[in-house]
Amino acid sequence: MVAPVVKYDRFSFWYGDFQALHDVDLDVAPKSVTAVIGPSGCGKSTLIKSVNRIAELEADVRVAGRILLEGEDVYAPGVDLVSLRRRVGMVFQKPNPFPASVFDNVAYGPRLFGVMKRGELEKIVEESLRRAALWPEVCDRLRSSALRLSGGQQQRLCIARCLAVEPEVLLMDEPAASLDPTSTQKIEDLIVELKENYTIIIVTHNMQQAARISGRTAFLLNGRLVEVSETEKMFTRPDNKLTEDYITGRFG
Amino acid sequence: MEERKIRELPGLTARRKVADAVARQIFRVISYSVVAIFGGIVAYILVRALPVLSFTFLTQPPRGGMLAGGVSTCIYGTVALLMLTAALAVPLGVAAAVYVNEFVGRGARARVVRAAVNNLAGVPSIVFGLFGLAFFVVFLRIGASILAASLTLAVVVLPIVIVATEEALKAVPRDYRLGSAALGATRWQTISRVTLPQAVPGIITGTILSIGRVAGETAPILFTGAAFYLPHLPDHPRQQFMELSYHIFAMATQASDIAKSMPIAFATAFVLLVLVFAFNLIAVLYRARLRRRRAW
Repeated sequence: MVAPVVKYDRFSFWYGDFQALHDVDLDVAPKSVTAVIGPSGCGKSTLIKSVNRIAELEADVRVAGRILLEGEDVYAPGVDLVSLRRRVGMVFQKPNPFPASVFDNVAYGPRLFGVMKRGELEKIVEESLRRAALWPEVCDRLRSSALRLSGGQQQRLCIARCLAVEPEVLLMDEPAASLDPTSTQKIEDLIVELKENYTIIIVTHNMQQAARISGRTAFLLNGRLVEVSETEKMFTRPDNKLTEDYITGRFG
Repeated sequence: MEERKIRELPGLTARRKVADAVARQIFRVISYSVVAIFGGIVAYILVRALPVLSFTFLTQPPRGGMLAGGVSTCIYGTVALLMLTAALAVPLGVAAAVYVNEFVGRGARARVVRAAVNNLAGVPSIVFGLFGLAFFVVFLRIGASILAASLTLAVVVLPIVIVATEEALKAVPRDYRLGSAALGATRWQTISRVTLPQAVPGIITGTILSIGRVAGETAPILFTGAAFYLPHLPDHPRQQFMELSYHIFAMATQASDIAKSMPIAFATAFVLLVLVFAFNLIAVLYRARLRRRRAW
């Protein structure tokens, strides 16, 4: 196997006294889609939010073990969170475009890193919107508010906003959970396309979605990684009895 | 058909309906009585003020041993006091609120600042007046003046500004902050580009209302700069000034001829009320305007 882009190495995570993740070992191959499934509260979101270290913004947290991004521990002392988060983009469950124009939303990231030239920004914005399959729908209203877009468009805008800072890894926290079936379809198509260039870890509640878009699936239960395998195998011949019970709907 | 069924539900008996109607009326009367109290106060003050209230009351200084003329110098002093107070308190209060709410958030440091703010808000204003006299007037040798009174009043209004700013900051959805941080923004970049621009209307409205709330404070300025009578307008922040609320106090308790001074006291009170309402109105209009313009 190729060297993993993201490698969880006996990684544990606590919110205060509550242990959300227990000794997770997981390798994520480059340019692949890894789905994380499991019942509510099993630690799926924490699993991805600990890669870009967003989880620690919301609570007092503690970690043990390591998460390696291309071999470097993201929890090592002195890690630059700004460049970490630039390399690891994140799409949230609820679309969260800023209350600004479509253009300013996509240009937000590049501007943070000092891209100020109009022409350069325009190029990045168009390129990012094209990659997020949103350009044809918004190219004539870049100046209008992002909040006037539909939910599905807003979510693709958030994806474009991530792509604008050229991340290597994209974390997606149930990106289609609040969308209608048509918008969900578009997001799924987009994820399959993005896999060509990005490493994607996606949390999903929807097992059909995991089956449709991911190469590998990880099943998380009560903060422990129960099983990781090729998605096809996972959904046809799971190794673990718990996995089988979950995907056949016996609990969750 | 459906409607008949609902009416016949066994739980909703006539007694319960009566109880519901009675409760509704009781709460209605109580809430309207608040309006009545407010209206009554304003009407009473206006009636008592009418003998002396006129346009010249606003434009003339007090004359004839303060038993004639108007309150122009008091209006001037009050406005100058409040403007200087806002200029001193708002930057400090906003900075403190941003620090607590955006940089610290949780933990011991935030608790210390919040406890200090809450306790500051609970200190009686006469205590601030005494503190202002001892610290600003005497110790810092500013002397009784607009500046010393504004500094004292700024301390009074500071906790209100901080709380108002914190409320405005809290109203900005957390998703924006997370989204910004996830793109690699530093704390300050998120604050300056996302959080503060979103919170500015709330902060401005909140601070205008805060200033309105201390517009009538008398105790903090009593020892620190308000004058019983001044023949001229002050032309420097280091001079004393006349002020509406202190003028009311003077007219009601210190005047030589109560029959002449009481109408003046009530007229001054009316002017002060209108001034405070004007502050509130400006805040409301400003907020409405910003909401419209930012049609996001």
